[in-house]
Amino acid sequence: MKYLGIAPARPKIGVFDFTGCEGCELQLANKEETLGPFLDAIDIVNFREVTTAQGDDYDIALIDGCISRGDEIERLKKIRQNAKVLVAVGSCASFGGVNRMKNVLDLAEANTEVYGKEFKETLYTRSIKEAVKVDLEIPGCPVSKAEVERIVQHLVWNVAFQFPNYPVCLECKQRFSTCRMEMGELCLGSITRGGCNAPCPAGGLGCWGCRGPAPAPNYKEFLALAERKGMDMQLLAERLNFFGGFEGVLK
Amino acid sequence: MKVNLNIDVHHLTRVEGHGNIKVRVEAGKLREARWDVVETPRYFEAILKGKHYSTAGIFTARICGICSIGHCLASVRATEDAFGVRIPDAAAKLRLLAKHAETLQSHWLHLFFLAAPDFLGLPDAIALRKKNPEIVAIALRLKGLANGICDLVAGRTTHPVSILVGGMARMPERAKLLAFRDQLDRSLEDISAVVGLFRNLSPKIPDFSRETEFVSLKGVNEYPFIGGDLASTDGVVKTEREYKAMTNEYVTPQNTSKWCKLSRDAFAVGALARINNNHGLLRPEAARVADLFGLRPVNHNPYMNNVAQLVECVHCTWESIRLIDELAADPAAPTMAEVEPRAGEGVGAVEVPRGILYHQYAYDKTGRITKANCVIPTTQNNANIHIDLNHLVKKFSADANMTDEKMELLCSMLVRAYDPCISCSVH
Repeated sequence: MKYLGIAPARPKIGVFDFTGCEGCELQLANKEETLGPFLDAIDIVNFREVTTAQGDDYDIALIDGCISRGDEIERLKKIRQNAKVLVAVGSCASFGGVNRMKNVLDLAEANTEVYGKEFKETLYTRSIKEAVKVDLEIPGCPVSKAEVERIVQHLVWNVAFQFPNYPVCLECKQRFSTCRMEMGELCLGSITRGGCNAPCPAGGLGCWGCRGPAPAPNYKEFLALAERKGMDMQLLAERLNFFGGFEGVLK
Repeated sequence: MKVNLNIDVHHLTRVEGHGNIKVRVEAGKLREARWDVVETPRYFEAILKGKHYSTAGIFTARICGICSIGHCLASVRATEDAFGVRIPDAAAKLRLLAKHAETLQSHWLHLFFLAAPDFLGLPDAIALRKKNPEIVAIALRLKGLANGICDLVAGRTTHPVSILVGGMARMPERAKLLAFRDQLDRSLEDISAVVGLFRNLSPKIPDFSRETEFVSLKGVNEYPFIGGDLASTDGVVKTEREYKAMTNEYVTPQNTSKWCKLSRDAFAVGALARINNNHGLLRPEAARVADLFGLRPVNHNPYMNNVAQLVECVHCTWESIRLIDELAADPAAPTMAEVEPRAGEGVGAVEVPRGILYHQYAYDKTGRITKANCVIPTTQNNANIHIDLNHLVKKFSADANMTDEKMELLCSMLVRAYDPCISCSVH
């Protein structure tokens, strides 16, 4: 693969998983129509879910999941030492994701609820940047493979990547999806960072904010609008705290 | 010569999640053979308490990155059972179509990317693509088609958006459904090539059987995927609401996944269990493929789960074509029922790719959860994998030519045959 006669760098990539559903790393194997060129552009040296090869000579570490136990911190630190660039992939890695909802529970009580008397070690959920230095965060639950491809293209050509600075709302309008708020449903699309191409409203569900805040979100007006429309504010708080990207906006 | 073996696989590769295999054989005598799940606990059931019914399905989909549609389906079914909601027929058909497409994408992923490399002596599908690009091209076409149907029907493959309490958010465009019908029809040629490929690999299926109890849904008129009675090959039959009598979960010190048992020390769920309990309900096209591989009930070789998945791929492809034809005949059919929350309890049982999945919720009268329980297929399989591993090591360490490397491959292939979803099992 060459562009204007110049061969791109073919970075060595390691993919690592911590606490989560592994759905984000699975996205790397999706979007089958362009999977071939995607695999040609990178050199996967470590990816437990798809290969028995386990090299430590990666330039870029992609981290899926959040941190919720002591041994994970040690493993993550070693990966940070090996990697030139460390990328947090998905909402769990970026803000803790749905696991962040655990942080309002009493951990001993939660343990009894699930395991009874048998104690299992666990910590309050941390995002990757709360444990080590992170160079780039790609939010989304799951991440959009199309966006991951765009980011990898930038990495191999050594060009800085810029996330969209508009909210999901804009992409939703571009798809001609009917506004969920106008239909009387909760939707966080006006305050959530775009780049996903708004699949949820198109599929019949308001935006739940998996990508975290858009630049300069107008929370005051958003909350006032939700109140004017008679939305259930308890449910709105539940939505805002669902992926961990809007912590503290509405208790 | 009595063999000495020492195998320590920390975080087994080409499976979903984190599990360890440990084997120690001294002078031909089995000292230890273990399968331990060390995944970090996530406490989904504790988090669910107090949550609104509209949150449950979207949240529990996040238990699993591969079978999120199945989790969402079990979740909304449990809630609908609690509220006494009956979903429209078209919604039931759309859900089953989404379920088939998920089964297809998951089985193809497992067969080609996770299982096949062992049979071909390769580290992964990336190496397979270099060696035999045509096979990987077929795999990607089949998996891409299944993902496309998931995207259309459920709004997205991973973490669906269109499966709501009360039905499905929308009916997909008829033209798009019919376009997928054509693609499914054309994919039958790819599938027959795949059947030929796996036939050539089948002599490499390890010769190992252990008498096992198999648990799944019990079909009446159709091969079952969503709801109905529960059955075991040892003759236990229970209703969906009595699922706890089937699962009997308990906690062990070494594992963050629970273990389960029924009539024996352990039981198995998954594609092989479904076929062992419902072979007579397979489509004739799928039954023929089962025959080709000598897969007849009750088959006790766990490695045959790979073959069972292939048989189900044939079944689900034909059934998806049928469902699209029925849906396309009535594109204006309603897909949502009215939902009125009420206090009560409900259970949803769904056959996800790795086996039977149960969600159970108790609700207060405002539609908020007071108690939740999810029993995952891999949770039900973990004890059985552990016991299989002991018998497998015992059998093959009698072979004087056995080496650590060969035994490690046999053990890894055994665990992979169950297609475990380990993070799922620790939810």
